[in-house]
This record gives sequence, C-alpha cells and structure tokens, in this order.
Amino acid sequence: MKVKAQISMVLNLDKCIGCHTCSVTCKQTWTNRPGAEYMWFNNVETRPGVGYPKKWEDESHYKGGWKLNRKGKLELRAGSKLNKVALAKIFYNPDMPNLDDYYEPWTYDYQTLFGKESKHQPVARAKSQITGEYMDLTNGPNWDDDLAGSDRSFGEDPNMQSIESDIKGNFERTFMMYLPRLCEHCLNAACVASCPSGAMYKRDEDGIVLVDQERCRGWRFCMTGCPYKKVYFNWNTNKAEKCTFCYPRIEEGLPTVCSETCVGRIRYIGVILYDADRVAEACEEPDDTKLYEAQLGLFLDPNDPEIVEQALADGVDMETIRCAQKSPIYKMAVEQKIAFPLHPEYRTMPMVWYVPPLSPIMNYFEGKNSIKYPEMIFPAINEMRIPVEYLANLLSGGNTEVIKSALYKLAMMRLYMRAKTSGKDFDPEKLDRVGLTEDSATSLYRLLAIAKYEDRFVIPKSKKEKVAPVAEDQGGLGFEQCNGCALAPVHGSMLRKAKAGESTKDIYAESFYGGIWRD
Amino acid sequence: MDNVWGYILWVIFPYVALGSFFFGTIIRLALYGGNITAKSSELLEKKQLMVGSILFHIGIIFVFFGHVVGIFIPKSFTDFLGIPNEVYHMGALVMGGLAGFMALAGMLILSYRRFSNKRVFRTSSFSDLVVNVSFLIVIVLGLSASLIEGTIFHPEFNYRLNLSVWARQLFYFHPDYHLMLQVPIVFRIHVICGLLIFAFFPYTRLVHALTLPWQYIFRRPIVYRKKGLRGRSK
Repeated sequence: MKVKAQISMVLNLDKCIGCHTCSVTCKQTWTNRPGAEYMWFNNVETRPGVGYPKKWEDESHYKGGWKLNRKGKLELRAGSKLNKVALAKIFYNPDMPNLDDYYEPWTYDYQTLFGKESKHQPVARAKSQITGEYMDLTNGPNWDDDLAGSDRSFGEDPNMQSIESDIKGNFERTFMMYLPRLCEHCLNAACVASCPSGAMYKRDEDGIVLVDQERCRGWRFCMTGCPYKKVYFNWNTNKAEKCTFCYPRIEEGLPTVCSETCVGRIRYIGVILYDADRVAEACEEPDDTKLYEAQLGLFLDPNDPEIVEQALADGVDMETIRCAQKSPIYKMAVEQKIAFPLHPEYRTMPMVWYVPPLSPIMNYFEGKNSIKYPEMIFPAINEMRIPVEYLANLLSGGNTEVIKSALYKLAMMRLYMRAKTSGKDFDPEKLDRVGLTEDSATSLYRLLAIAKYEDRFVIPKSKKEKVAPVAEDQGGLGFEQCNGCALAPVHGSMLRKAKAGESTKDIYAESFYGGIWRD
Repeated sequence: MDNVWGYILWVIFPYVALGSFFFGTIIRLALYGGNITAKSSELLEKKQLMVGSILFHIGIIFVFFGHVVGIFIPKSFTDFLGIPNEVYHMGALVMGGLAGFMALAGMLILSYRRFSNKRVFRTSSFSDLVVNVSFLIVIVLGLSASLIEGTIFHPEFNYRLNLSVWARQLFYFHPDYHLMLQVPIVFRIHVICGLLIFAFFPYTRLVHALTLPWQYIFRRPIVYRKKGLRGRSK
C-alpha cells in the first residue's frame, strides 16, 4: 500500500442555480488575457445540452480518456505511444478539437457608441478577438443556456442517446439541470499520460494536475487525452493551459476562486487519502457500471490508526491527515455515498464529484401528505422529472441503483428535517431504510443545507517553511505575455502618483470621479 | 575579384551561417528553453493543415536524410560496394524527387493556408511568414537544380566530386572554395539558401525539430512531482 493525499471537490447539484458566478470569477482570475479568451477553466452547462466544447462527451469523436485493450489492459483511446509516431499524429493530431468546437471569442467596439453624433443610432458590432474582423455570431459560451435551442441540442447530448426516444422531444416532460465543470484532477489523468514532453504532472503532495509552462512544447496530445476537454491551447503562447485548482490559494489553506465565490454554497473542498498502488487495478475493472465502486474502493479511512501510520511513513504530513479526518469529501463520497464522479467510464478516476439533483421531484411532492407517507418517495423518484438513467449516464457509468439510493437518502433526509422543524411526528425507522439515523440525517442536513464555510472547506496549509520557493519548482515561467490583465497598469499609475507625493485624497478625487472609476 | 567572392561565399559565409546555427541553438536551449514550442495553429484551422503538414513533414524528413547520405557517403565508398554511378544517381533522383515533391506540395498548401486563412495569418509572427517563404524557395531551387539543371543542362555534372567534397571539408575546417566554382549556378544558390535557413533556424519556430520528446517512449504514464525540500540545492 502507498498512501497519497488528493485534494478534491464535491458539487451539490441540488443547489446549483446556474448563475455562472464561478465561471466569471475564474475567468477574471485566470484566463483574462490574449490567447486565453476562449478558455473557461470553469464553465456551467445546462443539461441536456451540447456542452463546451460541443459534444465533449462523444468519445467516439474526440477519443479522450482510456479504454481497455484486448488483453484487458489500460490504453489511451487516442492511441499508444508507437501509434502516435507511426501514424504521423505528431505532425497533425486528428482528434483535437477546433476553435469552432469551442467558439471564436469576440469583443465589441464600444468606442462607436461614444463617438461623434451621427444620423443613425450607433450599434456596437461583434468583432473577433483573433482576426479583428466583424463577425456574425452563430455560437458562443453557453449558447444553449437554459435550454435555448434545445430542440437541436437535445439530440446532440450523448447522455440522451441511451434513453428512450419519447422523453427526448416531449416538451411536457422537459427537464433541465446545471452542471458546473472544471478540471477533474484525476488520479489516473489521461492528459498527463498523453504529454510527450513530460510537462504535465500531478503534484505529489496534493494531486493537483498542472502544466509546466516551461516544459510544454505545444504537441497538443493533452487536449485529446483529456476526456473532459479541460486542457486548452493558448494560440498566443502556443502552450497548453488548464485549471490550476487555484493552487496558490490552496497552499494558503484557502478555497479555489470558484468555490469561494459560489453564491449557492454548493462547493466543498477537502482532502482524501487513497491507495496509489491499486489505482491501475481499479481502472482496469472491465464493467463500466462498477467503475464508480472500484474508485470508492481506493479511498482509505483516515481515522484508521494503521492507515494514519502508513500515511506518515509514505510522507503525508500530519496536518493533511487531520484535514482528511474532517474532510467533507470523505463524508459525502465514502460515508454517505451521495456524491458521484463525472463519467467514471472514462477510467481516469476523476476527483471532482457531484451530488445528484433532486429539486423537481420535491416541488411535485411536498404539497402532498409526504410527511405522513414518506415511503411515497420510492416510487416517486423512479418517475422523477430528470430521468435517473440520465443521471446514471452522467455520474455512475450507467449504474442506476447507486444513484437511486443516494436520491432516496437525500429525499428522506429532507422529509425528516421538515417533520422535525414543523413539529410533526416522524417514524425514525423510515430513516433506517435508506441507511440514515437521526444523528447522521441531522449532520448531513447541516453539511448540505446550512453549509458553513468551515464545514465546506477543510484545506491543509502547505508547509512553506520546509519547502523551497514553490514558484520555481512548478515551472517559473507562468502565463507570459500577460498584456490582458488590465489592473496592473491601473494600479501601477496610481502607485507612481503616490510615489510622486500626491496625497491619497487627491488620487481618489482624480480617479474616482462622480461615482465613475476613471483609469 | 572572382576569388575574393568565392572565398567570401564558400569559406566565410558557411562558417558564419553554421556558427549562427550552433550559437543560436545553444543560447535558445540553455537560456530560452521555456519558449520552445511547435507553434501549432491546428486550433485555428484543421483541414488544410492535415494534408499540408503531413506531406511536408514526411517529405522534408526524407529530403534531410537524402542530403546526409549525399554529402557524407563519399563516391569511393559506393564504388567499393560496386554500385555503378548511373544506378546511384537514378536512385537518388527518383527517391529525392519524390520526397522533394512531397515536401513542395505540403509547403505550398501550408503557405497558402498561412497567407489566406485570416485566423492563421493574423496570429502569425513575421518569422513564421519568413520560414514558409524561404522553405518554398529552397525546395523549388533544390528540385530544379537536380531535376532540370543537373540532368538537362549539365548532365556531366556530378555533385559528389566537388559539392559534397567541399561540404565535408567544412567539417574539418579545410574548405577548398575552388571546388564550388565548378558547380552550376542553381546548385550554388540552393546551397546558399539552405545555409541561410540553418542560420536562422534556432531563432524561429523551426527549433521545435531539435526537441523531439524521446523520453516519452520510456517514461511511466503518470508523472508526479515533489516540491524540493528547502536547503537542498536545486
């Protein structure tokens, strides 16, 4: 056994309102520069839908992730090492997405709105951020947000294909949910295994997957390798970039920007201990529907003294172990089994997990005498508006049983709390049927509904005093040519004014004029 | 006067070009290793790239090794093996011609793409354009030298008796420029253009050819990196 620590995230889809705050704050922090305009390290998709890039889940097209070869061994779907050389893929990568699969980024020529007075109402036309030409918009980020154009996008969602056709087009039964997506920081990351230069790596201490900008040679195999299409190519620096799990914040014990700013408090971050020696074995589970359980089997109980001893021997520090013991991730994924990995059938062992949504059924259900007859939820969930099969295709490789038992549990917890707060009677034996007790239901309620900051984020601080400067080790180049980060020159000019002896009051009056910030 | 120019072109210039190649390569790899990439524009355009890039790369690799054979294997060696001169030349012309036309077709497609596709053109640097044009020129010169000038106008010319000898002499620092004066004019221009490409090679995107990821073949799939402990030299 080799114990390793992995920092991971759970998103409670039940509470996601699709506001895109996570995407926007992430973009402001990380991809607000030339070459990165089209990248969304974090994006929120409306499901069913085509996703971003278009149809990213269609691995027969993009060839992402792993498959089992004839001998039952893991192999990259995009082809082995030899195949990359033999088929000249190094000169041309046939499976790489094109800019149009994402969208061509644009801006508006706002100056025309403020120009000289003219006869006609001025209009800001869309201008490509790549060619600078005017363009007609036919695609963009979240083009199918909230089911816009869903008559087209329904059929393009690969998860819909195995569901009976009558649900697909029937608008009376239309359903939707939001799916926020970021890099999964997989245990068996296909992007890392695809990188010819060895520029992509997992950090030993917390498992965050990063691209060393210094070593990246722009071969682009990571883009194909990643089945979630979460590695992007910067056309300006000609290198790959991806979600960094905000590692500079994580090292300080702070949550990622997307989690910090989530208004619905749906995101949880914590540490989980796993057995690195058994990862390959778990990935080679032949049955797609059992991959979720195979991954669960890798996680180790942080309260087991033997595991703690082994973890210390394998170089995991005490603070990380302590955080793992309080980890909300461990509680939701392993103890309560209400969180699931996104597309475990890609065999990458993703580490951003999701609590399946329940809302539509509860609306339908709460008006009726549900507290009196809590067992009603069992048939009700089978007829849920979001088909359980759809959730199972998304979150458990098609295993509907595990999704159902999680939904039963969540629904029963709600009914119990509803009865408790409204002073009604509730037979605690009902809880037993879904594997809850009065205590565990209450604590699950606190974690999911109250979701206190300190319960959601349990992140160990890195021991900076013991390690060399991090920036050097992680590849010091950074994202160069960062001309797009407009704040630096603004603050720079103010700093210069301050140095020249202008008082703060003067600078304020000069820059903050009539309620409008001028730079 | 002819001798002065001969000396400059065939003794001084080759060393300046090769010096620039080695100097630039060392500087680029040692100090600016972080900005070496294949500079792919596949994200912006895919279809033309597929045909152009595969044709060009495979063609140019064969052309490169053809040049290596032509320059470094002396005539005495093939004579020793008993290969007649005519057979050798026919072989070289057919194989070299095929590879050359592959590279030419590829580069024509790639250049057309670079100049006509707005996304690709607007994101190109000046050096990207120079690289495309100079490859076109050098390939056209090379093909016309060996297929037209060498076979029709100067059938008696055998580059292995003078051009290759001179090229080998460069490597032991005794180039005899008189040898190059016997070489027909298109061949000579081709050599100069080729040397120019070597001269700017390390300062342009071409440098990606020197960073083939050999280690990928042997390394384990998942890479872990550990932070260096403080105090350990790094």
